[in-house]
Amino acid sequence: MKGRFTPKVVTANDLRLGDVVYLTPDDRWSRLHHEAELIADEAVAQLRLHFAAAQKLTVVGAYLADAKAGPHGPEPVHFREAFRARGPSNYRHGKQADLT
Amino acid sequence: MYDYSDFDDAFVRARVAQFAGQVARRLDGSLTEEEFRPLRLMNGLYLQLHAYMLRVAIPYGTLNPRQMRQLGLIADRWDKGYGHFTTRQNIQFNWPKLEDVPAILSALADVGMHAIQTSGNCVRNVTADHFAGAAADEIEDPRPVAELLRQWSTDHPEFQFLPRKFKIAITGSPNDRAVTRAHDIGLRMVRDAAGMPGFEVIVGGGLGRTPMIGHKVRDFLPKADLLPYVEAILSVYNMLGRRDNKYKARIKITVHETGVEEMTRLIEDRFAQIRPQFGGHDQALLAEIEAAFAPPAFRDAPTDAYDAFRAADPVFRAWADTNLALHRNPQYAIVTVSLKAHGETPGDATGDQMRLLADLAERYGHSELRISHEQNVILPHVHKSDLPALHAALVQAGLGTANVGLISDIIACPGMDYCALATARSIPVAQDIARHFDALKLEHDIGPLKIKISGCINACGHHHVGHIGILGLDRAGVESYQITLGGDGSETAVIGERAGPGFAYDQILPAIGRIITAYLAIRQSPHETFLETFRRTGMGPFKAALYPEEGAQDAA
Repeated sequence: MKGRFTPKVVTANDLRLGDVVYLTPDDRWSRLHHEAELIADEAVAQLRLHFAAAQKLTVVGAYLADAKAGPHGPEPVHFREAFRARGPSNYRHGKQADLT
Repeated sequence: MYDYSDFDDAFVRARVAQFAGQVARRLDGSLTEEEFRPLRLMNGLYLQLHAYMLRVAIPYGTLNPRQMRQLGLIADRWDKGYGHFTTRQNIQFNWPKLEDVPAILSALADVGMHAIQTSGNCVRNVTADHFAGAAADEIEDPRPVAELLRQWSTDHPEFQFLPRKFKIAITGSPNDRAVTRAHDIGLRMVRDAAGMPGFEVIVGGGLGRTPMIGHKVRDFLPKADLLPYVEAILSVYNMLGRRDNKYKARIKITVHETGVEEMTRLIEDRFAQIRPQFGGHDQALLAEIEAAFAPPAFRDAPTDAYDAFRAADPVFRAWADTNLALHRNPQYAIVTVSLKAHGETPGDATGDQMRLLADLAERYGHSELRISHEQNVILPHVHKSDLPALHAALVQAGLGTANVGLISDIIACPGMDYCALATARSIPVAQDIARHFDALKLEHDIGPLKIKISGCINACGHHHVGHIGILGLDRAGVESYQITLGGDGSETAVIGERAGPGFAYDQILPAIGRIITAYLAIRQSPHETFLETFRRTGMGPFKAALYPEEGAQDAA
């Protein structure tokens, strides 16, 4: 029997900057994880991933990442996604500096 | 050092122009990512976790001050003000924008540098002993041969699509500082019975998911035979190397599956076949290259002031004791500038630091700089009378850390703070260990000890050959760190032994602490190094220190 589907967000890297981006419910690419669309249905997730992968002039390497609901929007589940959402731990570079 | 010829310059500029066109076509949609990816990788451009990363080759670790200044300029203008020196004697810029990369490559070409063949299944940057041309124990400077190999392997039509990447390391000294036994080909200079210099040839070493110490295929290879012999090895590998399985594609697996004896026979056969085709042109070229590596005009001046200063100033003495190495000219010293200030990122230098190092190399170091695979910067030729002034300047710039070869002189790969392949972080683990033992003021007492950390099984941080190796893994969605002990990357190379189950991120520092406490308790004297103690006692006492609960259970 198939296990329960873990909710997902669609994430990728921006083609020009390489920065991590997330697909929002209104079809934008946001740099903020909590603005991502949290997708609870597997078929919808696949559709959204196809939609994302087709945007070849905007993003690179779109994929589905596990996420969970939080008070301000979706939150990462795996530590790799948490680092992607924040930036490196040795310098205050990347999102943690650029978006605050 | 070697300066680009017109041919080199034209070749690199042509590649920059090609890549500029490729970037433009990617950005206007003429090229898909699938089409563009191999093109960008051929030019050293990766897409990492947070941004693009540009890997620039520093051939055999040698830089002149102009090049170092240019790296600093690139760091400031197109990156976030710093660069990261790697275990392959490359420098990586972690934050370039795609559209800026052609300009960066052009700026590199201005100083005879590039990012060609820093990725892909080709011959990568040839690495060398970072003390080359200066070390007291050296037979000959190995860099002319490394440069010959660079010219030969760059864009070599037969070797652009090897089964997998291919790394060559070379040393001119019996004391191996280039980890030659853990490379696809390791070349270690030796003398034959008549005193002529040549090479011991080692094939099939490598770290990664299947760590192996290389096998000797030739005890002595005359220098004149080197290029055809290396070509014979590559050509046998190109035929036999597995292309069906990426994880079995390196030459170490080819040697393992074919057998050393058969592999040696095939190499010798191929060598006999192609040797006559090398009509001496390579040797003429090598002679020209050798002339470019002539040693500097060493100064003849008294060194009493150095001796007096050393006796009088304990801070300077501590630095001199750890960071200086024996130069072939007794009036000179080889200076290792530590890029491992306690709590900083191993191997990182800011643009300002790069410019200062360039200035100091010009003022005190005959305009030569080296990058070591241990992620430090070397000033290979400093007259001893200049050392006090040099040290003072380094200290002011945060570059005076006296820890070379000690517990805080840690190799760490970028790990999951940057690398898309990583399974755990490396840098903060290194930072914590360095800060901890600095706070305890223990590291000089602990003595020579190499800790090497990799953030994934690919082992860029050389953890298998660390006296203490740390491997970061993802265990069920949590960072977990495996410890290996007793590894050695020198001429007595050994793959470290796994100590046991891994440790959580917040438990790795206490675990290292227990290993060190055990070592200090069981060493026979302060002169017995960590590695010597481990070799005497084996894993037993360290395992007991690492896993005290298990010992208690066994006793119960």
